[in-house]
Amino acid sequence: MTKRYFSIIALAFGLIVGGTSAVMAEEGPEMPAAGTNVRDTASLQRGAKLFFNYCVGCHSLKYVRYSRIAEDLGLSEQDVMDNLNFTGAKFGETVVSHMPEDSAKEWFGKAPPDLSLEVRAKGQDWVFNYLNSFYLDPSRPVGWNNTIFANASMPNPLWELQGVQVAVKGKPDAQGESEVEKLELAQPGRLTLEQFKGATRDLTAFLEYAAEPAALQRQSMGVWVILFLAGFTFLAYMLKHEYWKDVH
Amino acid sequence: MANEVVDHGRRRFLTITTAVVGGVGVVAVAVPFIKSWEPSARAKAAGAPVTADISKIEPGQKVTFAWRSQPVFVVNRTKDQLAALSSLDVRLTDPKSEVTDQQPKYAQNATRSIKPEWLVVVGLCTHLGCVPDFEPVMKPEPFDPNWKGGFYCPCHKSRYDLAGRVFQGVPAPKNLPVPPYHFVDDNTIQIGVDPKEAG
Amino acid sequence: MANVFTRVGEWVNERAPNLAPTYRKHMTEYYAPKNFNLWYYFGSLALLVLVNQIVTGIFLTMNYKTSALEAFNSVEYIMRDVEWGWLIRYMHSTGASLFFIVVFLHMFRGLMYGSYKKPRELVWLLGMLIFLVLMAEAFMGYVLPWGNMSFWGAKVIISLFGTIPVIGSTLVEWIMGDFLPADATLNRFFALHVIALPIVLLLLVVLHLAALHEVGSNNPDGVEIKKGPKGNRWDDHKPADGIPFHPYYTVKDLVGVGFFLMIAAFIIFFAPTFGGWFLEHDNFIPANNLVTPTHIKPVWYFTPFYAILRMIPSMFGTAVWGVIAMFAAIVLLFLVPWIDRGQVRSIRYRGAGFKVLLFTFVVAFIALGAVGAGVIAEIMPSWEIFFGRVWTIVYFGFFLGLWAYTHFGWEKTKPVPERVTTHD
Repeated sequence: MTKRYFSIIALAFGLIVGGTSAVMAEEGPEMPAAGTNVRDTASLQRGAKLFFNYCVGCHSLKYVRYSRIAEDLGLSEQDVMDNLNFTGAKFGETVVSHMPEDSAKEWFGKAPPDLSLEVRAKGQDWVFNYLNSFYLDPSRPVGWNNTIFANASMPNPLWELQGVQVAVKGKPDAQGESEVEKLELAQPGRLTLEQFKGATRDLTAFLEYAAEPAALQRQSMGVWVILFLAGFTFLAYMLKHEYWKDVH
Repeated sequence: MANEVVDHGRRRFLTITTAVVGGVGVVAVAVPFIKSWEPSARAKAAGAPVTADISKIEPGQKVTFAWRSQPVFVVNRTKDQLAALSSLDVRLTDPKSEVTDQQPKYAQNATRSIKPEWLVVVGLCTHLGCVPDFEPVMKPEPFDPNWKGGFYCPCHKSRYDLAGRVFQGVPAPKNLPVPPYHFVDDNTIQIGVDPKEAG
Repeated sequence: MANVFTRVGEWVNERAPNLAPTYRKHMTEYYAPKNFNLWYYFGSLALLVLVNQIVTGIFLTMNYKTSALEAFNSVEYIMRDVEWGWLIRYMHSTGASLFFIVVFLHMFRGLMYGSYKKPRELVWLLGMLIFLVLMAEAFMGYVLPWGNMSFWGAKVIISLFGTIPVIGSTLVEWIMGDFLPADATLNRFFALHVIALPIVLLLLVVLHLAALHEVGSNNPDGVEIKKGPKGNRWDDHKPADGIPFHPYYTVKDLVGVGFFLMIAAFIIFFAPTFGGWFLEHDNFIPANNLVTPTHIKPVWYFTPFYAILRMIPSMFGTAVWGVIAMFAAIVLLFLVPWIDRGQVRSIRYRGAGFKVLLFTFVVAFIALGAVGAGVIAEIMPSWEIFFGRVWTIVYFGFFLGLWAYTHFGWEKTKPVPERVTTHD
């Protein structure tokens, strides 16, 4: 009897898991994994440095406090205030971009979004690949385009590091439109390809951390909670076994 | 239904052990819920030290600053007002500021301050937390014919002198508390941080 | 110390003499069949999750802001600024999904062992009412974070009422209190989610248990232990196959609780969004009435019913048919005790046809879930409608088949034993 129940459960599980992986594998262009690790504090520190040098000019992290960054990334108040906080905000305040919203709208058509939850909304792979997929496109108002997020009104903030990519397009289709086949580096930047991938990985890791700072706490706690519960379950099983000895 | 011998000792031991471990679990789960009532990161950020410009405060004047959502009185006391302080000692509950919780060590002196003229106190009556009125002028008042200037609480008529010391025979039990503060320079104080030498 | 306890006990007993007998009636002298198996854990687990939802919910309301402008921010405030707020929130959000898993398994158990059959129809009906209220409760709770999925989920679900002829559009505006989900909607959903529905839910749970204890529990053999021989080691007049609920099933359920909490803890600490199934990606974007998320779908536990809604085309100029079908899919479950005319309760002794029917029903439910969640649209888009309609037919076919199978006497049952068989 029991065997059959388990086969039903197994089937249900199989369908659910199969469905999950199918959905996970969805969405547009093929995307290499970001390979981020939020438990790597050094990576988060490098990512924070990049964020505050290249991103905070336009994008805020309105749910993230400088003091929290210091605490979670193992930095002192001095470190954060000197090396990351360029807006004159107080230590306990959240990260607000110094771009006035009105002029942002004027320059880009809409205000650059807050990035606090970007990774939770889009996934770290998307963010990582987006950062690597800018190319020069004179037809766009900002002069840049992106293969991951077509017609994004955002210039490549990291072009000095990455260099300038251009699109190699395929044959035009019936409508005369041609797809971007691949991106080529037309002008090298300060970093090599590998170094740049590493830098964007760090930046993505920092944004992943910013999207859920509690991830650091929950992962380190979880093991102990489950171990405790395992111990409790074992005791409860022993107790059950003891009582049920006299049920026949 | 065979009646086997039940091992009561083992049963008792397992029951107690499971109950204790389960109890520990329940207590452990309760901790996050209890701690969620502590001031949040936002409240702590809002309660951060406050820097106050005191250069515009004329002698005899009081300005109120907000620190941790509480009013902090900063008074620039005149020479006369300071001179009158010691004459009041006999009428006060705690003239020597001996209740140590009410001020940091560096303010436990005759003027209850770092610099004699500058009084910095939390403006909440120690009786029930009303904000006392500032009555600086030395003249007979309805509530005190020998008034030498100070604070008068409208709620239950508690009185304090210009060092925030409470009078005898009023409902308030303690002197007005002095918050931690220090002088950044002659014109600026920071409320919420002790002076470096006191740290 | 012991003396004090005894005296307090006596003091209470003098003033409430029925308290101790009531406790005994429902715990130490409630005789449950001794052959409960794995499937009998889910009732007590549902109760555990309910308690979890109430406690964590109360603590969430302490920092949540009921306002379209502040709701989203206040949830992030809980996640980041409130000490341990993230844990309380994840316990609540994970609890919601686990609630449905537990309840679905609990209901499946009832179908499998015929726990809805006479004299337990009332237990089944009250249980179904709990399920219905739970769906309303979950839907309104899902709206509260005011993310983009909250907003569009609310809009789509409320629009269902708009398909009702004549009064539809007025009804929709009345439910929302505006012309689209807005502050007024959020506020009334909050009131219902936090006060009204939990009270109803608790009342129904008490009645569900009271009705159960009135007739006694069914078991995997579907044997009525009250009709069997009398006399067990605790009481000469009670069923021989019964054992006191306390301590035997309390300690057994404790083991189930332990395993269940390990699974729950794993999700809470290592996969709180569960790959976007328990907390969806698009719900980390604030509500935006101008941008619909690309994949608009309800949370997973509504997807089977949502799929049925989507599979029925609009006919005669109205889309009400899908809505009717969706509600029928739930109403038919209420009626199972009267649809099934079979005399044998447990699947162990029922005809092969019943096993096939129940199996296809489960597959249809899961398959429709996959359709509703958009999984089928991803892996075989051109087949989605066909696939979904076939399984919709199978879903409803279960009820028709069950009725025909038992009504016309096609079912060949096996002999039911006199006594319960084994326990594990």
